[in-house]
Amino acid sequence: MNTNLLARAARGLIWGVMTLFLANIFLMIAAVTTSSIARRWLGTFLPDGYTFQWYLDAWKEFQLGAVLWVTAEVVVAVVGLSLLIGVPAAYALARRDFIGKRWLMLLFLLPLMVPPITYGIPLATVFYKLHLGGTIYGVILSNMVPALPFVILVMTPFIEQIDPNLESAARVFGASTRKMFWHVLTPLLAPGILAAALLVLVRTIAMFELTFLTAGPDSQTLVVALYYAVFAAGVRAPQSIDAMAMVYMVITLIWLLIALQFVNPTQLVSRVKEQPQGA
Amino acid sequence: MKQDFSQLRLDKVTRRFAAAGAQSIAALDNMTLTVERGEFIALLGPSGCGKSTALNCIAGLLALSDGSICLDEERIDILPPEKRGFGMVFQNYALFPHMTVRRNIGFGLLMRGESSADIERKVEAVVRLVQLQGHEDKLPGQLSGGQQQRVAIARAIVIEPPLVLMDEPLSNLDAKLRLEMRAEIRRIHRELGRTTIYVTHDQDEALSLADRIVVIKDGRVQQIAPPAEIYGQPANLDVARFMGYRNVLSLDVASQADGRAQLSSPGLRLQGMIKQPLGAKAAAAIRPEELIVGDGPNAIDGKIENVEYSGRDSLLDVITPAGIRLHVRSVVHPAVGAQVRLSVPPERVLVYPAESNQ
Amino acid sequence: MAAPLHTRAAGLDRTLFLVVPAALFMLLVFVYPFLYGLMLSFTPTEGGALANYIKFFTTDNLWPTIGTTLKLAMPATLINVGLAIPIAYQMRRKSPYQKWVTTILVVPITLGTVLIAEGMLTYFGPRGWLSQTLQFFHLYEGPIRLTHNYWGVLISLIISGFPFVFLLILSYITGIDPVLARAAATLGADPWQQFKQIYWPLLIPGIAMAFCLAFVQAFSVFPSAVLLGAPQGPTRVISIAAYEAAFEQYDYSLASAIAMLMGFVQLIIVAFVLGMRRVFYRGPVTGGKG
Repeated sequence: MNTNLLARAARGLIWGVMTLFLANIFLMIAAVTTSSIARRWLGTFLPDGYTFQWYLDAWKEFQLGAVLWVTAEVVVAVVGLSLLIGVPAAYALARRDFIGKRWLMLLFLLPLMVPPITYGIPLATVFYKLHLGGTIYGVILSNMVPALPFVILVMTPFIEQIDPNLESAARVFGASTRKMFWHVLTPLLAPGILAAALLVLVRTIAMFELTFLTAGPDSQTLVVALYYAVFAAGVRAPQSIDAMAMVYMVITLIWLLIALQFVNPTQLVSRVKEQPQGA
Repeated sequence: MKQDFSQLRLDKVTRRFAAAGAQSIAALDNMTLTVERGEFIALLGPSGCGKSTALNCIAGLLALSDGSICLDEERIDILPPEKRGFGMVFQNYALFPHMTVRRNIGFGLLMRGESSADIERKVEAVVRLVQLQGHEDKLPGQLSGGQQQRVAIARAIVIEPPLVLMDEPLSNLDAKLRLEMRAEIRRIHRELGRTTIYVTHDQDEALSLADRIVVIKDGRVQQIAPPAEIYGQPANLDVARFMGYRNVLSLDVASQADGRAQLSSPGLRLQGMIKQPLGAKAAAAIRPEELIVGDGPNAIDGKIENVEYSGRDSLLDVITPAGIRLHVRSVVHPAVGAQVRLSVPPERVLVYPAESNQ
Repeated sequence: MAAPLHTRAAGLDRTLFLVVPAALFMLLVFVYPFLYGLMLSFTPTEGGALANYIKFFTTDNLWPTIGTTLKLAMPATLINVGLAIPIAYQMRRKSPYQKWVTTILVVPITLGTVLIAEGMLTYFGPRGWLSQTLQFFHLYEGPIRLTHNYWGVLISLIISGFPFVFLLILSYITGIDPVLARAAATLGADPWQQFKQIYWPLLIPGIAMAFCLAFVQAFSVFPSAVLLGAPQGPTRVISIAAYEAAFEQYDYSLASAIAMLMGFVQLIIVAFVLGMRRVFYRGPVTGGKG
């Protein structure tokens, strides 16, 4: 039938486009990988020989050790602080209705909808005025601007689906607020907290703009160091830059793989999911 | 698409689903059924028994694994749902949330390419039939559950389908509304005479609505019969249990003759009607309301263990000296601990072969 | 949702204090800098209150950045949304494919724009695999120019933007109850009519949302415009202008003004798109009472 043929052609085209897209991304990653272990690679299909020398070079030239340490410090601080402030806020938002709640939700939603570079420039300006700019504290604080709302938006629906009667039951059986929190709420929240922590972690490792705008020479994270390396390309061998890119990619992918054990891939992106409006 | 037909035939309809491992399970196994024009058929069974699978196969929403479905001489199980032209009422109504009541009801006519004047006329007529005048321009979200139900029915019947399919249409309504809508569905069926296949897990609904009931369990058809027969003469023990025969006693077969069996167990002798060929052991099924407190045939002595008062009558738990527990619905309200004699007419004791696992 | 555990006749609910630190943080680190930037943009280093804005619109390497950015962001967003809708619709049913594709697509998003830029320089460059393959099959003679120009930035916006839009639209499509399409089918709607009459109208709010988010991201393109484009020429986007004003000329006042303008243009487009969707119905995507 005619419509049947058309539908099949459309389906074929769609799969074709998708395959082409994914194949190119895969080849792009493969190209970086090959380059990072190429002895010399000039205009041929495959390099002359292979070596791991560039990784050593990158480690020394780009002070990767220090950069990785800063990255770890920033990520741990951002994840920890965001959870510490965000989870209680999410609890209050999930359990209580109050005047101005809609405005508060908007306040937590905005930093996720406005791109970082738009608010990053005024933020960096303020930080430099306060001598926070160029320090690791500035980097941590600025990275928390999208991280904290993200924790709240992940945790609020998670807490909402926990039956409030469980808390009431704990209280009826004599648990104080603190005991209720530790013995009832925390174990129930653990999966949600883990998911939120992993999502924030992956996003903070990859967050370029805010770190770039607020970091100084000794408070750069890996992705910013990579940017400067690519930016100043020509000074250093491209293989060395690709070796650094590989380090960044492997770290990100490992954490991504860990995160995907606990969260749905769409959760990493669909930060703003509209609630269907009940009629 | 056919506008009318005289017979719908399901022949050995089977639907298998892939299960864990390489195996597949049959959600519907060898269903054979002939539906005459104008009949109201209820598919009755506990949830997960395959009755909705059967309905979806007829609607074309599920492909058959085996068997065939024919409308008179035309084989329809190979057609997509939009080519079958049946009207269907879904469990959660599946009203289009972005369309007004008028557009929801007119959707099927629009898909058939009817003129807007015809659509308007037919929608108006059916809105009157389901008594929704004044709500035509509302969205489904603005209607109550009962009103949404009426829209769903109107949408299914306005296309004048040869066959109307209903998938547990009343299960989302509260008890009072359910009775009201049940009467409404009966009225509409009486007025239009459309052949209807109705899926439900509620015995009362099936008994009150259907011309014939198809009882399904574990994907297999257990019995196809008019309501009175299903109620009074269940074909097997499973159907009996499902139709409210709460007392199922395990007994030895002492003798059988002329369709009657003499059963016995220590301290108990019963005479009943043989429903299926018997072996040495049998199961007797009795409804709680057919056990009478007082002397008579099939007398059983026992002690009242529990009384649940429920207004007009009480539900009694009676224990015989041999330790058999009987449920009795009785208009006399004896006290707990009292000795009673129960009796039951042999015609109301249904005897089936004992279940193999007992 | 909110069921008070113990109601009090009077006084504040102590649970509400839990939200205070987070709210305070957002006010101090998000709202205050934004307002500060807004004020700063009206207090230029020299001239009247509007001097920065006048300067922006009269300087030859500043005002065209809006057009340059739009010329990149609009096509990228349209391509991404246009491709994502049919592909996501195709994959609306749960299947192993769906899981695999979503998992693979999340990789370019998490790798981020900087790594994509470096990968593209290697792969799409004049001596990269793509160029060599095309020449090998004589599909295109001479080195292809896909980096350090407009096309390089556009491709990078598609590589990083498409997965984002796709996953967003997929989550909207899978949120539509498939029983609605089945109901339409029993009423005589063929697959095309099922899409046109049921899925499309119910998807419009989601598509508008996805379009806005994708556009706002594309409009603030920064690292790939520098690394993959020609940052002094055809891909001198507005964020480059803002960055240069702040960190090369140390004119924070002008930089804030440019950032405010950037936010303003984004706001206009978002307001327009969201306004458009109000023309259509927005409501529940499940049938019946839900």
